[in-house]
Amino acid sequence: MATELSPVSQIPPEFHVKVDHDQCRKCKRCVLNCSFGCMQFKDKVTPDHSKCVACHRCTTFCPENAISITDHPMVYKENANWTERIRQNTLKQAETGGILLTGMGNPKPYPILWDHLLIDACQVTNPSIDPLREPMELRTFLGSKPDKLEFERDEHNNVRLKTQLAPHIQLDIPVIFAAMSYGAVSHNVHKSLAIAANKMGTLMNTGEGGLHEDLYPYSGRIMVQVASGRFGVHSDYLKAGAAVEIKIGQGAKPGIGGHLPGEKVGLEISKTRMIPVGTDALSPAPHHDIYSIEDLSQLIFAIKEATDYMKPVSVKIAAVHNVAAIASGIVRAGADIVTIDGFRGGTGATPAIIRDNVGIPIELALAAVDQRLRDEGIRNQASLVCAGSIREAADVAKAIALGADACVIGTAALIALGCRVCQKCYTGNCAWGIATQRPELTRRLDPDVGSQRLCNLLTAWKHELQEVLGSLGVNSIESLRGSRERLRGIGLDKETLEILGVKPAGVGM
Amino acid sequence: MVMTIDAKGMYYRELNKMIRTAIEEGETEFVLDNINGQRYIGDAIKAKAKITIHGTPGNDMAVFMNGPTIEVFANGQDGIANTMNSGEIIIHGMVGDVIGYGMRGGKLMIKGDVGYRVGIHMKEYKTQVPVIVAGGCAGDFYGEYMAGGVMILLGLGAGEDKPIAGDYLGTGMHGGVIFLRGKVEEYQLGAEVAVMELDEKDLKLVTTYVTEWCEHFGHDVDEIMSRPFIKLKAVSSRPYGNLYAY
Amino acid sequence: MRCNTRIPSGCAISGMMCESGDRVDGSAIIKSIALMHDRSNGLGGGFAAYGIYPRRADQYAFHMMFDDFAAKENFDEYVKDHFIVERDEVIPTSPFGNITSPPVLWRYFLNVDEKKLEFVEDREYVVNKVMEINSNVPGAFVSSSGKNMGAFKGVGYPEDIGHFYKLEEYKGYIWTSHGRFPTNTPGWWGGAHPFGLLDWSIVHNGEISSYGINKRYLEMFGYKLELRTDTEVVAYLFDLLVRRQNLPMELAVKALSAPFWDNIDRMEPHTKELMTAIRMVYGGALLNGPYSIILGHSRGMMGLNDRIKLRPMTCGRKDDMLYMASEESAIREIEPDLDTVWSPKAGEAVVGTLNGEVE
Repeated sequence: MATELSPVSQIPPEFHVKVDHDQCRKCKRCVLNCSFGCMQFKDKVTPDHSKCVACHRCTTFCPENAISITDHPMVYKENANWTERIRQNTLKQAETGGILLTGMGNPKPYPILWDHLLIDACQVTNPSIDPLREPMELRTFLGSKPDKLEFERDEHNNVRLKTQLAPHIQLDIPVIFAAMSYGAVSHNVHKSLAIAANKMGTLMNTGEGGLHEDLYPYSGRIMVQVASGRFGVHSDYLKAGAAVEIKIGQGAKPGIGGHLPGEKVGLEISKTRMIPVGTDALSPAPHHDIYSIEDLSQLIFAIKEATDYMKPVSVKIAAVHNVAAIASGIVRAGADIVTIDGFRGGTGATPAIIRDNVGIPIELALAAVDQRLRDEGIRNQASLVCAGSIREAADVAKAIALGADACVIGTAALIALGCRVCQKCYTGNCAWGIATQRPELTRRLDPDVGSQRLCNLLTAWKHELQEVLGSLGVNSIESLRGSRERLRGIGLDKETLEILGVKPAGVGM
Repeated sequence: MVMTIDAKGMYYRELNKMIRTAIEEGETEFVLDNINGQRYIGDAIKAKAKITIHGTPGNDMAVFMNGPTIEVFANGQDGIANTMNSGEIIIHGMVGDVIGYGMRGGKLMIKGDVGYRVGIHMKEYKTQVPVIVAGGCAGDFYGEYMAGGVMILLGLGAGEDKPIAGDYLGTGMHGGVIFLRGKVEEYQLGAEVAVMELDEKDLKLVTTYVTEWCEHFGHDVDEIMSRPFIKLKAVSSRPYGNLYAY
Repeated sequence: MRCNTRIPSGCAISGMMCESGDRVDGSAIIKSIALMHDRSNGLGGGFAAYGIYPRRADQYAFHMMFDDFAAKENFDEYVKDHFIVERDEVIPTSPFGNITSPPVLWRYFLNVDEKKLEFVEDREYVVNKVMEINSNVPGAFVSSSGKNMGAFKGVGYPEDIGHFYKLEEYKGYIWTSHGRFPTNTPGWWGGAHPFGLLDWSIVHNGEISSYGINKRYLEMFGYKLELRTDTEVVAYLFDLLVRRQNLPMELAVKALSAPFWDNIDRMEPHTKELMTAIRMVYGGALLNGPYSIILGHSRGMMGLNDRIKLRPMTCGRKDDMLYMASEESAIREIEPDLDTVWSPKAGEAVVGTLNGEVE
C-alpha cells in the first residue's frame, strides 16, 4: 500500500493574483465568476494563488479593473535544462504518480513554419485586383472530383453534363469549424458553432459525441463524426449530416483514445451519446473494425451505403511521419475528403507527453500529402483539409497555397467564444462556459452572442483572404490553391524548403 | 488657318511634336488625316485648340489634356481622357476600355458603345466637374470608384429587355452621379450604390447634356428623353467605415 | 542558353483568318503587328502560320532550333530512331539588320511508323516525343510540331523577325503574331512566342497570375513545363482539355476563363449544373490574371480575354476574314474598311472556324 503523503503540495503556484483593495468595492463578482475556487471572500477578496489558471474571467468582470494576474514571482535557481515547468511536473508526478494531463494544443516553442512563409504580390507586370470593388471568390467545394468531365447533347442539341459528380459540400469560405464533441465542449458551444456555420456557409463538426436533437435543424451545415467509441452514431445521425467523418486520429493525441469522465455525462450528454448517465465514455485507441487500410475502405463504404452515396466521407488522421503514404491509401480507399491534423492541434484532454512530442507540423504534412497525391495523379479524387493550429487568416492563405482545399479552426473559434487558452479544459471548470458541463457555467455562453462572435471572426478573415488574393492579382481561391510559386520561405533549411515545395525568399520566378 | 497633317505611317512622336510646336506658334486648328494607332494625341496640351481626327487614334488620347477640343471621325481605343483636366472630346464611333480614368474635368461625348471600366475614379473638385455621355451600352465596372462628375449612358440600340451596362456597376462609387436610360438588374449594381428617381434638377441636367450630344450626333432629343432614366448615386461617401478593426 | 526562369512580359498580339480557307501571304500580319511596335521591346517576336505546307499537309512539320550544328547532329540521330523523316531542310532566312545570333533553324517533315503506335495514338506519341526532345536532347528545341503549320519566332521586334523568316513568301489561311515586352533579357529564341504543340499555337498578351497552380495541375497529367512561360501553360491546357479530354472548345474556354459564381448562380438549371461542374473539376485550369490570347489550330482561330478583361482585344470582320488584335488600329492598318468591329466581353471567346477547304 502506498504511503499517505502530506496534504500540502510542494508545487509553487504558477500565477499571482493581485487585488487592488483601494479600488475594490467588494461587489464579489470575481468570486462569483471564478470557477476554479481561486477567488474567495474573507472580509475582502482573498485569492488562493495556487488555484489561479489565468483564465481572465475575474479581471474581465471586475467593474473597477482592480485585479491583475502576473506570473508568480517565485524565483527558481536558473537552469536552462531543468526548466521551471519540468521541475513543477516532476513534483506533480512525485505527488500523484499520474500521467500529466493537459488541454489545448502543443504549447512548446517548436518552429512555426507558417511564420517562415511569405506571400507574393503583384507589381507592374500583372495588376493587383481590388477586392472591395471587384469580385473575389472564395467558394470552395469539398468532395471527390473526377479528372475530367464528359458531356453529351440532348434532343435540342444542347450540351449537357454526362458525368455524374460525387456529392460535394459547398463552402462560402474555406474555413470550417473543428471537430469538438458535445461533452468536451458545452451544448451552447455546439449551438453557437451550428448557427455560425449556417450563417456563414461553412461547416461545424460534431466531434465524436453525437449530435444533440436540438441541433438537427442545422445539420445541413454539420459534419457528423464516427469515431472509435461510436457515441451517438445511428442511421438518422449519419443521414442528417452534410458529410460524415471517420476519425482515425487527432493531432493532439495521435494513436491514443479518449476518455470523457462519467461526472460529465449528464442527462443531455447521455441522450446524445446514447449511454447511461454517469458512465465513463471511453474511446478506444483504434477503431476495432479497422486494423488495416482495407478495413478503412470497408467502413467508408458502409457509411456510403448507409447514406445512399449522398454524402462525402471524410477521414481524419493525425499528421505522423508517414502521413503522405497514409493519405494516399485513404484516398485510394475511397475517402472524398482527407483531413490532416497537425501536431499543434488542440484537444479537451490529452496526456502531455503525447501532445508535446508526437506527430509532425501540419505545414510539412500538408505539403508532403498534396505533392504525393499529385505525383500519384489522384489529387482530384479527394479534397484536402488541414487542421492543427490555424491561428489567423494568413495561416489559411498559406495553407491554401501549399495545397489545402480548406482549413479547420478549433482553438481560434473557441478564443472567439471567450477561451483564454488556459489549458484547463480537462478539469471541466471552464469559467467561460466552453469546456464544461456545469450548468451554472455553460449558461455563461449565450449561443446568439457566441454565434455572432464566430461570424464576425469569419467575416474578418474572409475580407483578409480577399485582400491577399487581390494583392496576388487573382480573383478566385482556386488560383491560389496549390500555387506554391506564390510563397517564399525565410529562415528555412534546404530540406524543409524542398518538402514545402517553396523557394527561398530572394529567389525570383 | 487650319493645319492639316497627313499622318499616314507617321510615328506618334513626330506627329505630337508637330502639333505641340504649332500650338506654341499660335496655331489653333488641326486636321489629322490617315491617323491609325498613333498614341497620346493631345497629351497635356494646355491651350484652346481644335483637333479633328480622321482614322483610329491610338491609346491614351487626350491624356492629361487641358483645354483643347478633339473630334474623332472613327472609333477610339483604350485610355481616352486619362486624367484629363479640361477640354472636350467628341467621338463618332465606339471606344475601348478604361475611358476617363481619373478624369477631373472636361467633357467626353461618345456616339456608340463604351468598353470596360469607363469613368473609373472620375472625380470633381469645386467647379471642375467631368462629364461623359455615351450613346450606346457599357461593359462591366462602369463608374468604378467614381468619386465625382456626371456620366450618362443612353443605351441606344440595346433593345427593350437587355441591361444597358455590365456588372459591378458603380462598384466602389462614393461620389458623382450616373444616369442610365434603360434597364439594369439589381444584381448588376455595386454594393455601394442605390437606384433613385430623377428630380427636376436632374432632368434639366440630363436634358442639357443629351441636347448637346444630339447636336453632335444628329439624334432627336425628345425621342431620347421620352424614355425614362434612372439615377445611380453612392449610398455613402465612406462605404467601408466598418471594414476595419482598430 | 536555355532560360529556366520565368519571365513576365507584356505584349501585342494580332491574328487573322480566312474562314473560307483562302490563303494570304505573311506581309499583312507583319504590317499589323508592326503598328503596335511600342507594345513590345525588341526582345521577342513571332508568328504562327497555318496552311503553309500544302504539299506535305499530312506530315508533322517540326520547326527546330539548335544551339549549334553538333546539337543538330545529335538530334538527327534521335529523330531517325523515333520518326520516319520524309524530308528535312534549313528554314530559309534572309539576313536582317536587327536580328543577331539566330540558332540553327531547321525543319523536318515527319511521319510516325505504325509499329510505334501499337499502344498510343499518333498525336499522343508526338506530344511525348516533343516533351522528350525539349527535356532530354541537349541544345535542341521544338518550336512547332503540327501539320501544315509552323511557328517562326526569335529575339527581335516582330516585324524584323517576320522579314528575317521571309514570311512574305509563305501563304496561310491563319496567321497569328506576337510582339513581346519581357522584363529581362533571355536572349534565347525558344522563349519567344508563339508557343506551339501539335497544331496548337498560342500568342498571348499579359501575365497569368495563377501560373503556379496551372503548372502543378498540368504536371499531374504528365506535362513537363520546360519553358516556364505562361504561353506554354495555355497551350498545354488546351491540349489537355480539348485533345485529351475531348471537351468541346466552348466549354474548355469556360474552364480557362470561368464565369463568376454570382453569374453561374443566376443561370438556368442545366447551364448552372454544367458551369458548376466545370469550375469544381477544372479549378486548377482556371487562368487568372490579365490576359488576352489568340489560339490557332488547323480548323480555326479563337480569341479569349480574362474574366475581368484586364487586357485589350478588338475584333473585326470583312467578308470571309476574321481579325483580332490588341488594338483596333492594328486591324485597320491591314483592313481599313471593316464590315463590323467589336470588343468581345470578358471571358467571351471569339471563334473563327474553317468552313471551306483550304485552297
